[in-house]
Amino acid sequence: MQIPILRLGETYHSADLAELNDNLTTHTANPGLIRRDLLRISESKAALDAIPAETLADYCEAAAELFMTADLPCGDSTQSPQEYIESLSDLTRLPHTLVKMNMGKIHAAMSQIRTVIGGLTRGMSLEIFDRGLASVDGLDVNFYPTTSSLGVSLPSNAPAVNSLWIPALVMKIPVLLKPGREDPFTPLRIVQAMIQAGFPKQAFGFYPTTHEGGDTLLTSCGAGISFGSDVTVKKYAPFKTIQVHGTGRSKILIGEDYIDKWQDHLDVFVTSIAANGGRSCINTSSILVPSGRDDIAEAIAAELAKVEPLARDDQNALLCGFANTDLASGIDGMIEGLLEDEPGATDVTAKFRNGDRKVEAFDQTYLRPTLIACDSKEHSLANTEFMFPFASIVQMPQSEMLESIGETLVVSAFTEDKDWIQDLMISPDIERLNIGPFPTNRVQWEQPHEGNLFEFLYRRRAIQGNLTSVK
Amino acid sequence: MSASLTVSEASAQLDTHTREMIDWHFSPETGCPYWLDWAKAAGWDPREKVKCFADMMHFDNFDDEVLRKEDPAKFIPKQYLGRPYNVFETGGTTGMPKQRIGWDDYKTDYTEFSEHYGPDFFPQGANWLMVGPTGPRRLRMAIEHLANIRGGACYFIDLDPRWVKRLIGMGEMQMAKAYQEHVIDQAVTIIRHRDIQCLFTTPRLLESLSLRMSLADAGIRGVFAGGTTMTPQYVKFIQEEVLEGKINYAPTYGNTLMGLAISKKREPGEYSLTYHAPQPRATLRVVDPKDSTKLVEYGEYGRVELTTMTKEFFVPRFLERDEAIRRPECEEFPWDGVGDVRPFQSGTKAVIEGVY
Repeated sequence: MQIPILRLGETYHSADLAELNDNLTTHTANPGLIRRDLLRISESKAALDAIPAETLADYCEAAAELFMTADLPCGDSTQSPQEYIESLSDLTRLPHTLVKMNMGKIHAAMSQIRTVIGGLTRGMSLEIFDRGLASVDGLDVNFYPTTSSLGVSLPSNAPAVNSLWIPALVMKIPVLLKPGREDPFTPLRIVQAMIQAGFPKQAFGFYPTTHEGGDTLLTSCGAGISFGSDVTVKKYAPFKTIQVHGTGRSKILIGEDYIDKWQDHLDVFVTSIAANGGRSCINTSSILVPSGRDDIAEAIAAELAKVEPLARDDQNALLCGFANTDLASGIDGMIEGLLEDEPGATDVTAKFRNGDRKVEAFDQTYLRPTLIACDSKEHSLANTEFMFPFASIVQMPQSEMLESIGETLVVSAFTEDKDWIQDLMISPDIERLNIGPFPTNRVQWEQPHEGNLFEFLYRRRAIQGNLTSVK
Repeated sequence: MSASLTVSEASAQLDTHTREMIDWHFSPETGCPYWLDWAKAAGWDPREKVKCFADMMHFDNFDDEVLRKEDPAKFIPKQYLGRPYNVFETGGTTGMPKQRIGWDDYKTDYTEFSEHYGPDFFPQGANWLMVGPTGPRRLRMAIEHLANIRGGACYFIDLDPRWVKRLIGMGEMQMAKAYQEHVIDQAVTIIRHRDIQCLFTTPRLLESLSLRMSLADAGIRGVFAGGTTMTPQYVKFIQEEVLEGKINYAPTYGNTLMGLAISKKREPGEYSLTYHAPQPRATLRVVDPKDSTKLVEYGEYGRVELTTMTKEFFVPRFLERDEAIRRPECEEFPWDGVGDVRPFQSGTKAVIEGVY
C-alpha cells in the first residue's frame, strides 16, 4: 500500500518514498510543498466559512460513525475498520485492544463534538463561528480567528491525541497534519471520514514529512500544536504560536484524610499507571503519599506484576511492544543504572514479576510494569516518565506535596480536605485537576485536555455600539 | 569534452594525469612546501609508488584540519611563487575557517561548466544574479567568471551562512527568518529592476524567491543551483512548482576543495540526481565507510571521497561529510557518478527509484 500526500485535499505523489514495512510506503513531502500550499490556504478557509458551523458539527457526528464502521480510502486502496486495527498494530505494536480503545476515544470526541466545543467556549452557540458574535448572559461578545490554519505534528504512540485537532474544523480552521512516522493511518482515516461526511476536502492537508517538514508546518501555519518531550518544549518555546504538549508527569496525591482508605482504590492506582499500555501523558508517573508508603507500594506492585506480555491480538493484552528494540533496552538500562548509582530507590515490582523487566515475547520486546519506591522526591526516578507502565511512589507530608510536584499535566487528588482542595485549585503547576479517587487518565469531554483549542485559535475583541443590523 | 572518451580512455587519462600531478607536487622544482615536507615525514616518495590512480590508496585520507592550521602560503607550488593568488574559504564554517589558495582553477572549472550548457539553456549574453554566500568564497569569483565568458555581467546578493549558523545555534529562528527575508528582498529588487535571465542560488533561497514572484514571468531562463541536499522530490518540486516547468535547471554538487560536479542529463520524469566530478582534475569515489580503500557496489550508498589533483592544489582521498549512491558512467561522463547526495549517515531506509 502506498500512502500519498494530501495537498489541501488533492492527492500528490512524491518522488521521495519511505518504506515503513514490506507492505507500506508513505510519500514524503518536502517542506517547500507545505509553504507553497499555505499560499492557497485562504481558499480552504473560505470553503469552511461557506458552511454553517451547525452543519459542520452534523458532519463531524456523521464522521464519527464512518470512522468506526466504514471502509475508507487509504492511499491507493480502501481500509476497513479491522484492517485499520491490524495495520496500526503492526506498525506501532499497540495491542488490538488498545487500538480499539483509542478508536473509541476518537469516536467519542467526534460524536460529542457539540459537548467538546461547548466545554471549550463555555457554552456559546456554534453561531460564534459563523458570525463572530454571540450573546453571553446578555452581553455581546465578539470573537475572531487568530489564524487561517492549524498545523499539527502528531506522535506515533497515541492515536487518541488526534481527537485534539478535530474541533478546529468545526471552528472553521483548516488543518495541516504531519502524521507520526509509525501512525499515518489514524489521522488519514479521520480526514477521510470527515471528507466523506461532508467537510470540504481542501480543508485538510496531510503531509508525511521529515523533521524539517514538521518544523515548517508548525512555524508556517498561524497556529501549531506539537507533541513531545522536554526537548520539544524547549525547541518551540520561542514561538508563541506553537503549543507543545510535552511530558505529562501526571500524579496521584493522597491526602491525609484519605490515606486510611487507600485499599479501596487499588484498582484506580493500577489503571492510572497501566491503562493504554502506560504510554499516555495522562498515565500516572508518580504517587505521593503522606504515610504508609511501603504497604501501598507492595500492594500496587503485586497488582502491576500481574500485567504480563500477551500477543497483540489477545483480547486481554495491555502491554505494548516496542517497535524500536534499542529504545526498550535504553529505557531498561537507564532505570537499572539509576537504581544502582543513586541510593534510596527500590524496584518494588522486581520481587513480584515473573522475570526481568525487559522481556522478549511474541516476537517483540516488552518492558514489564515497574513501580519504584523512592526515599526522596529528589531521586532521578521520582518524577520521570517512560513509555510503559512506570511510576514512582514517594512519601512526604501533605503540606509539602504541592510545592514538590512541579509542572504536572494531571493531578488526581484523593481528598475531601476543603482547604487543600482550595490550594490545589489555585496551583499554577497543574493543567488538569481531578478531585477525588479518580484515575489520572479520566476524560470528561466538556473539559479541555491541555490548553484550550478555542482560546488558541480565537481571540475576543471588545465590541460596542449599534449591533442591531448584525443580530 | 569528456564525452568524446570511452571508459577505458577516461581511465587511462586519469592515470596519466595522476602521474603528472604526483610528479608536480612532489618534485622539489615544482612542489609546495607542505607536500614536500609531508613526503619527508612520511618516509616514502609518492613519485615512486604512485603510477596510476589506483595507487592513490597509498595515501591515507586527507585531514582537512590541515587547511585550518597551516598557513595557506605553504601550499604555493614553487613554480607559482611570485604570482598573486586568491585565498578562498569554505562555506558555513565558524571559528577558524578552512582555506585554500588558487589561481586559475575556478576559471577552468567554470569554463568547462559553461561549455557543457548551450545558449538554449543559459542564454548567451544574459546577465546573471548570484544570491548566496559571496565573501571569501571561490564561488563568488566563479559565477562572475561564468557570466562574463557567456557575455553577461553578474550581480550579487550576499548571504552570510556563518551568521545564519550562529543565529540557529542561539535559537534565534525568527531572526534567521528575518535575515533570509532581507536577502530575498534585495534579490527581488534586482530582478525587478535589471535585465536578469540567469540565476545562481541555493535551492532554499530559490524557493523563497519563487514565493514572492513568478521567476518565469520575471524573465528568468536558466537556474544553476547547489549547496544543499536535493532529494528527487526536491528536484521535482523545484522543476514543477518553483520553476513552473518553464525554466532550465542545472543542479550541481561542489565545494571549495573540488570545484563543481555537473549533474547528468535526466529523462522527463526522472528526478534522481547523479553528479560527475570534473575528472581528471578531481575524482569522486563512493567508498565503504568502514574501509575507504574499497568502493561500494553500484546502487549502494557509501561515503563520498574526493581527490583533487591540479597544479594549483593537491588533496588526496578527502572524506566528505556526505554520502551518496555509487552510479556508473553515462554518455556524458565516462566515469562513476555520485547519486542522491545527502549528509553522511543521515539516511533512513528510503526507496530508491530510477537509479540509473
